[in-house]
Parts: sequence; C-alpha cells; structure tokens
Amino acid sequence: MEHQEGKQEFNITVYTENQIGLLNRIAIIFTRRKINIDSLNTSPSEVDSIHRFNIVITETEDVVRKLCRQIEKQVEVLKVYYHTNEDVIWQEMALYKVSTDVIAERVSVERLLRENGARAVVIRKDYTVFETTGHREETDNLINILQPYGLIEFVRSARVAIIKDSEGFNSKLREFERLEPGEDVIENEFLNDGDKVFTM
Amino acid sequence: MEVAQQETLTQAAEKQAVEVSGSVALLEALITEGVDTIFGYPGGAIMPIYDALYDYSDKLQHILVRHEQGGIHAGQGYARTSGKVGVVFATSGPGATNLVTGLADAQIDSTPLVCITGQVFAHLLGTDAFQETDVINITTPVTKWNYQVTDANELPEVIAKAFYIARSGRPGPVLIDITKNAQIQKFQLRGYTPCNHIRSYRPKPIVRQQYIQQAAELINSAKKPFILFGQGVILGGAEKEFQAFVEKSGIPAAWTVLGAGAIPTDHPLNVGMLGMHGNYGPNVLTNSCDVLIAIGMRFDDRVTGRLDKYAKQAKVVHLDIDPAEIDKNVKTTVPVWGDCRETLPLLTAAIQQKTHPEWLQQFHDHTKQETELVIEKELNPTTDEMTMGEVIQQLNEITRGEAVIVTDVGQHQMVACRYAKFNNTRSNVTSGGLGTMGFALPAAIGAKFGTPNKTVVAIIGDGGFQMTLQELGTVMQDNVDIKIVILNNKFLGMVRQWQELFNEKRYSFVDMQSPNFVALAAAYGISGKSISDRKDLPGTLQEMLNHKGAYLLEVMVTKENNVFPMVPQGCSVAEIRLK
Repeated sequence: MEHQEGKQEFNITVYTENQIGLLNRIAIIFTRRKINIDSLNTSPSEVDSIHRFNIVITETEDVVRKLCRQIEKQVEVLKVYYHTNEDVIWQEMALYKVSTDVIAERVSVERLLRENGARAVVIRKDYTVFETTGHREETDNLINILQPYGLIEFVRSARVAIIKDSEGFNSKLREFERLEPGEDVIENEFLNDGDKVFTM
Repeated sequence: MEVAQQETLTQAAEKQAVEVSGSVALLEALITEGVDTIFGYPGGAIMPIYDALYDYSDKLQHILVRHEQGGIHAGQGYARTSGKVGVVFATSGPGATNLVTGLADAQIDSTPLVCITGQVFAHLLGTDAFQETDVINITTPVTKWNYQVTDANELPEVIAKAFYIARSGRPGPVLIDITKNAQIQKFQLRGYTPCNHIRSYRPKPIVRQQYIQQAAELINSAKKPFILFGQGVILGGAEKEFQAFVEKSGIPAAWTVLGAGAIPTDHPLNVGMLGMHGNYGPNVLTNSCDVLIAIGMRFDDRVTGRLDKYAKQAKVVHLDIDPAEIDKNVKTTVPVWGDCRETLPLLTAAIQQKTHPEWLQQFHDHTKQETELVIEKELNPTTDEMTMGEVIQQLNEITRGEAVIVTDVGQHQMVACRYAKFNNTRSNVTSGGLGTMGFALPAAIGAKFGTPNKTVVAIIGDGGFQMTLQELGTVMQDNVDIKIVILNNKFLGMVRQWQELFNEKRYSFVDMQSPNFVALAAAYGISGKSISDRKDLPGTLQEMLNHKGAYLLEVMVTKENNVFPMVPQGCSVAEIRLK
C-alpha cells in the first residue's frame, strides 16, 4: 500500500447494534469526506446481539480521530476504537481455485502447501481450492505462484484485527457498559427481531 | 362532554390490549408524546394515516401546507420557538424527497423533528412502484436517525424511539418511513411507553469534574478571557445558568447567529455578533484574547474565517454536549463535555467573581469605531433610499425587542441579526448552517403556531420570498397571523455584494424581477402595502403590527448596499473589513 505523507493504515473497530441501514450510515461518513475504505469486515461480536466492524483506511491520525467521533455519534453505535498496525494482529483469508489436473501434473502440491502455509479446502476432479491466511503480501505470494498454472478464481476476505494489548476490547466494552449504563433499560421487543418483523 | 375525563385509547390499551390499525397507533403515540400540531401534505401512500387523522382532529391540529418543503420548514419554526419536537407528515416518493432540504437544515441547526413519510406497500419495496423512492437511503446523511416500519407491531416502539432521539442530547431530525400495509394493518396495541434509553445511545456525555476544575483554573488565571456562545445554550435551556456564569466571571460574551437571544442583546457583557458579518470588536479581539470559552457552538467556518489564523494565541475551553465537536475545527485545551445546563453551574461555582473593565473597554472602543464607520450610515442614512438596517431598527423600536424575528437567507438576514434586539430566548429563527433561501415564510408560519401569543415577523428578501411564496396559501387558509416584511432591493443582494467585492462587479444573474407582491398577497386575501419613502416607514410598520391577521409589507430598499463589517472568505477574523 502506497502511503501518502503523514498517512498510515489505521484499523477502526466499531461496536454496533445489529440494525438494517447502519452499514450505509457508517459508510457515508467516509464517502462524504472522499475517503476510500481499504477493507471492511462486519460480523457478530462476542457480546450477544452486538456487531463488530473492522474498517481499514489510510489516513492521518487527526482525520481518523475525527472520523471515529462522527461514527460514535450514530445512534446504534456503542463504541469506536482506532489502532495503528503496530497495535493489532491482523489476518486476511484467501481462497484459490485451480485446476486439479494442472496442479497434480505440474506442481508439487505438497511443497506448495508447505512453503505457503496453505491447505487444501476442497479437492474435486475438476478443481482444487486452497486456503491461506496472513497479511496481504503473504496471500499475494500464492497468487503469483499459481497464476502460471491457470488460477481459475481467487477471493480474499476483509481484514480481521485483534488488539495486541492483553486487555483487549472485551473488557473495554464491558467497562464502557458498566461506566455508562442507561437508567431503566427498556428493551425494544421488535427492533432486534429482524426477519420475524420484516414481512416483505 | 367532559373531554378531560375521557380515557385515551392508549390508557385503555395499558389495561387490556386493544386492536387498532398502525395509523391509529401512530396518532395515539403522537398524542402521548404531547404533539398538538402537525404540518403536512397528504398523498396516496400516507392516506390511511390521514384517514385516521380525520377522527383525531379535535386532538391533533393539522396544518395543510402547500409544499412539503413548506411543511418541514414550518415544523422547524415550530420547534425552534416552542422548544418542542416539530412533526411533519408527507407521502412517499416526491412528497418524501421534498423534505430533504428541511431535513438537512434541521440536521445542521440541531432542530428536533419527527417526520413521518408514507411508503408503498412492503411487498412492492424495491420494484420501482408508483411514487416509490428509497427515502431511508436518501435521508440517511441528513437525519440523526431514520427507520422504515413495515409491520404495525413495530410502530409504538419506533415512534417512542424517534421522539427520544429527536429531542435528547444534541437534538436533530428523525424520519420514520411507514409502508402502507403497516398503516392499515390491525394489531394488538398494548399501551405506549415513551423511550428513555437506547443501549447504544449516549445523549449526554458524563460530566468530568477534573475538566471543570481545569477550565476554572484557566478562566481564573486569564487576563483577557472571551466567551463565544451558540445555540447550545438555548437548546440546553441553560439561559439562566449562562447569564449567571457571564455575570460572575465578568467576561465579555459574543454570539453566533443561532445563539442570538440566549442573553438579551442589551446585556452589558453582551459584546455582539461573531463571524463573517458580525461585529468588529468580537472578531478582531478573538485574536487578542488569552482564554477563549466556547459554549454550545461549533466553530463554523462562517464564525472562524481562516482556521490557521484563528485565535492561535488563546487557550480554548470548549463546552459541548456533542463530543464530536471537540477539536473538530479548533484545537481545545480543556474540553468540558456535557449538557451546558449541567456544566455551567459547576463551572460558575468553581470560578472567581471578577470584572475585566480594561478588556471590556477594548470591545466598546471597537464598537465606537464600527458605529462611526458602519452602523451610523446604515441606521441613519443620508440618502433618500431606505436601508435594510433602518427598517429593522424601526421595527425593533415598535416591537420593543419582544417579537419573534424569522429571517430568510441573504443580506437582510445578516442585517436583521446585526440590528434587531433580542430580549428573549428563542426569538431569532433563521437558517444558520444550511443557509436555505425560502426558509422564512414557512418557518414563520410554524413559529406562530409554536408561540401563538407573540408577534411573529418574517423578514425576507425578494429572492427568498419567491422560493416558497406558495405558503401564502397556508397563511390564508389557517388565518396565520404573521407579519411579512419583504426587503426588496431588486437583487440577489448577498451574491451581488460578493460579485461587487470579489468579481469586479460582474453581476452575473442576480438582477431579479419580482411580481407585484402586494397584489399577490391580495390574491390570497392578505392585506399589504408597498413603501419606498422613508416617511411612510414608521406609520406602515405600526399599521402592519396593529393589523389583525397576516400582513405583507414590501419595503423598497437601496439597491447596491453592502453588509459590513465583513470577513472576506479565506481571511482571518482579525482582517475584518469595515468598508
């Protein structure tokens, strides 16, 4: 990734309610400022009904701090953190589909798997799917190796990142809920029901 | 019949579930939230709600506007003057998209609104059905929150959440889009519980005592402290707390356009207006103060001018309810997060009683300079043609600063803010952040419903008036007693001023022809007069204010007059020009 002056990769972690349209609300905060999202992953978190976004952008810290505050302003967002690459451990997963015949005839599969930390996920007559996990350069490496052998399809996941600090997000999140609880919690019995409510 | 003793449907439903339609549930929810006035425009996709409204006309007053934009600006005017949440109804598609300008306006000016839009049947969503637009996605960037209801069961909870979000913390507009099937659908209503908590939503940050102490230490040690206050004081209902803080600290205080009226204009420590067309002293001395105390204001670029030359010498204390405002534009030394109604008394208690006579005198000296070079000419012109300033001045004298002034956008807006005296809070209603021409006429209608016992005067330019003049129809139909003053300079004055100063008088498409406004008003049954002679001004203003019902007064003002002082775009506030 080419770095412009003063800019570096930041990993933004957003804890949210699971709500339709929230992805758009968060994305707009970036597009409005003409900031490209390098990578975006969203999935349920370890806390029930709370989702976690991992967003990677290349920006200055000042901009990232302001962006995070704007994201945190959104009603369904619980908490936002940002970290540099030095502060997190991150991985991306990649899948590679190649012809089983070609790979069996021309490549030493065993060596290829060993050298790239890859494993075969599926082996069929017509094709084999390999998987590797790692940083961008590492997953890129296997593309270069397989390309001459007729790589049929390739896909890479968004980045997932976890904080290096031994405390981690979990305790921070629970501390946040402890420090700033609301009075008289009224749980909305329908808003989180998703499919049960949306009848279309 | 004793209406007061009647049990509402909601109260009945609390004892035993009642089967109602989504539309009835919505209206019951509005009543429980204390809504009495709705501005709106019916259409196909919101017809079930309007059908239900027919039976609720004794409890919910509906004002039929002439355009949805008029409806939402009226909702804003209502909210800004009453302090309550403005409620707006519109149908799907074009009805909903016509709300967008007002939503953006309310978002940037932190105005609490709940807008209800009709939507096509849920099974038609995404099929390009008749009058279908993706209103949720269109309005996402200009709402504090929005939500689409596709099942009537969701309605009570969603409406409760909408009102809570709109009015709590930093207020803002909320839009609820309700599909037609959800409006019709019958379901078991089990009462209505107003919302007071959302797990992920923190309307007010926790007040941190250590920041109060640090802020107080800075203020106590300051030689030339300066207060900038904005609408946050008004939104927080902290006018008294603010005045107590100003008076104990003895610090000169200047206001943003939306902060006008938080303390009376004539308060001895009120030193004037900030920003591009603000007063000379507050702008120049921003770059001389040692501690800058910003209260409920957001350092808009119209206030700060060039940021890299803005108050660089000062330590900044920023009080705001919205943590995202801290450090957004101006680097803060001490952030005081929280509702200023809570933080100001804590700060007042922690500071020393002081006066700053020499420092205050510097503001007065600048005021003197500004009076000689600008104000005197504007208020007592030597030419035959009238100035906007003298109209505002006269109006002010007659209303004794008690009127609610609703302004449109342009030169007249800045003149009104500069020269009107605001004795009361919530008496200056204007489109500050978005600068929406066409705002004033519908907003004045809403303001009158928000403060029925006050005189509401809309000050509008000839350009802005023509953007939403269809709302004269609303004024006519509902006998809305507003006074409309059109300051006609036959130009888009503010653009022309910029063209004169910065584009070598290349007056590109600002020369504006207008219809006969008085005849136009007459067509709507509204009385009016047009004057161009100074001697007619006081009498006609008095006639307008004495008139029962709406009145339109057109005042022909000098064509090429400029609003000074002015901080040219891209300049520091200290480079403010007096001519």
